[in-house]
Amino acid sequence: MQLILEKRAERSKTVALVSPLIAIGLTIVTMTILFMVLGKNPISALYVYFIVPLTDGYSLQEIAVKATPLVMIAIGLSLCYLANAWNIGAEGQFLMGAVAGSWIAVKTQGTEAGHWVLPAMLLLGAVAGALYALIPAICKVRFGASEILTSLMLVYVADLLLDYLVRGPWRDPQGFNFPTTAEFDPVATVPTLIEGGRLHLGSILALIVVAAGAVLLGKTIKGFEIRVVGAAPRAARFGGFNANQLILLTFAISGALAGLAGIIEVAGPVGHLQPGISPGYGFTAIIVAFLGRLNPIGILIAGLFLALTFIGGEQAQITMKIPLDVTKVFQGILLFYVLACDSLILYRFRIVSSSPQVARGAH
Amino acid sequence: MRKNLLAAAATLLLAGGLTSSAIAAEKLKVGFIYLGPVGDLGWTYQHELARQAVVKEFGDKIETTFLENVPEGPDAERAVEQLVRAGNTLIFTTSFGYMDPTLKVAKKYPNVHFEHCSGYKRDKNMATYSARWYQGRYIQGEIAAKMSKAGVLGYIGSFPIPEVVSGINATMIGAQTVNPNIKVKIIWVNSWFDPGKEADAAKALLDQGADIIMQHTDSPAAMQIASERGKFAFGQDSEMIKFGPKAQLTSILDTWAPYYIERVKAQLDGSWKSADTWGGLETKMFEMAPYTNMPDDVKKLAEDTQAAIAAGKLHPFKCPVVGQDGKEVECKGGDHLDDGQILSMNFYVKGIDDKLPGK
Repeated sequence: MQLILEKRAERSKTVALVSPLIAIGLTIVTMTILFMVLGKNPISALYVYFIVPLTDGYSLQEIAVKATPLVMIAIGLSLCYLANAWNIGAEGQFLMGAVAGSWIAVKTQGTEAGHWVLPAMLLLGAVAGALYALIPAICKVRFGASEILTSLMLVYVADLLLDYLVRGPWRDPQGFNFPTTAEFDPVATVPTLIEGGRLHLGSILALIVVAAGAVLLGKTIKGFEIRVVGAAPRAARFGGFNANQLILLTFAISGALAGLAGIIEVAGPVGHLQPGISPGYGFTAIIVAFLGRLNPIGILIAGLFLALTFIGGEQAQITMKIPLDVTKVFQGILLFYVLACDSLILYRFRIVSSSPQVARGAH
Repeated sequence: MRKNLLAAAATLLLAGGLTSSAIAAEKLKVGFIYLGPVGDLGWTYQHELARQAVVKEFGDKIETTFLENVPEGPDAERAVEQLVRAGNTLIFTTSFGYMDPTLKVAKKYPNVHFEHCSGYKRDKNMATYSARWYQGRYIQGEIAAKMSKAGVLGYIGSFPIPEVVSGINATMIGAQTVNPNIKVKIIWVNSWFDPGKEADAAKALLDQGADIIMQHTDSPAAMQIASERGKFAFGQDSEMIKFGPKAQLTSILDTWAPYYIERVKAQLDGSWKSADTWGGLETKMFEMAPYTNMPDDVKKLAEDTQAAIAAGKLHPFKCPVVGQDGKEVECKGGDHLDDGQILSMNFYVKGIDDKLPGK
């Protein structure tokens, strides 16, 4: 007997729905073994990871706060990836949006500026992110430069620009030369939704973005063009779709969303501009986009799920003294199984009986 | 009967739950937030050693918890609050970048006490603590100037913040007491912990003619490079002699244990008060690793300087301190610069042939 992997005639719809569940199941089995090896009770460890964070309002808020930038960025990235445009530089667009929006906050600090400040910051953040994303897009369209490389390299440029600004011109004068701006004024701060919590307006915006993404992809001709250009470039050309224009468009949208996420993060949970405002959101969002199968609702679920593993991982560190590395292993294993199970959508296992000699030999 | 049994069982369970929670309430919970992994062999490792010392000292009276690798961004506030919510009533946040997050959580939970390392914002339930490492840098400057044949020191900087800048200046002032023409080359790696970059910086400095490596970054990578090339180096944060048995001259050791034990004790007996503690050699807030790989006269000089600083007879920033522009710096602390000037230092002293980034 032999196990072979055979290509399916067409994508299996059932497996597409079941494969994430198989992946999660396999992850849980693997983690159970790992926890047992570590000498921890696997049931209570999994309970702390997955259930405890869902049982109180505080943790639920924190999950939403953590998921907000991830989901917002991933929605934009999914448009790019569907159109076969590979924006890897969302991290840089996130930082650029944060920098541009903060400019207004820094310049209006301590003045009588009114309630126009925050909307202006959000707008400028989105515009700056979009413009920054257009650099690699234009290089791609005009010169054929690989957008993967250029968008990635621009991450470091944005990082260093932010670094320069908070160490130099925008440094808090009362801050003993430490690299941070002063705390933003209340009019330059994203309002929180629940007294005493950290849940903020940005989470609502993220939900609106998810809905807008779903409408764009599902109900509009542009959305159809994006999907066709990615899935069948030749057909798209026959249909008269302009692939270059779509690259520019999807890059601009994803840059704008990343920039918006950046300024929301700075004007919300952080409250000032400083180096290290992003623990790699722009890169983690790539994982979120693919975990969510480039589908807006899927991305929302994937973002929340990944946020859950972060919060659960912290609680596991606190209550069960499980090291942080285990959380990272856990996230890695999950991604591994999701990608592995995805191959079942296009392939299937088949058991074939091998030659009789071998069969006899086995007995 | 059955009902009674159930009731009895419930009472028993309830009682059991109560007593166990009563015991839990008696036990002081102390939390720690770490910047790096506990195994970084530098900054975080020293805080972890101090935590272990606290556990050893108080045993069953306390329970400690740490969160490692917490980035200094939006996640920090959540990490601190998670510790509060898990019942920790004394929390040490051990990096500068946790300052604002700690302050935010401190305002929200006035009954929990916070200890923030190396920051400048305080509250009635948030104390700060740090060490006068510049004292150690002054001693290292003297040793370096004695040991360098080329008269060129290589300095690996992390970020040009006052703590690091004052360290470079103290090194230079110390070195100039031995060799007025001493030179220093500085490379900024813009990271506290990046073994690859630190090693590259050490190689570049040695290639540029430096023969002593000094560092204000946390990994032992530079020590290993110096050791490979047969040059001398100073460790940082922790004892790094095993990475350069023939290379390490000394190392500034962050010894947080006495302070942590003192503060936990204060929390236990109810005498904890917010304060700003900036200790030096005189209170053993940091220590110098044994002076190794140097002739006896250099060792004696280092020991004498250390004793003089600890006794308050010698101040590394004694006036006149002359800036790069040749002008004397205002002397606000009587015969030396005052703490405010050192804590916000953003100029180089005369003799440093380099430009401070961002100036």
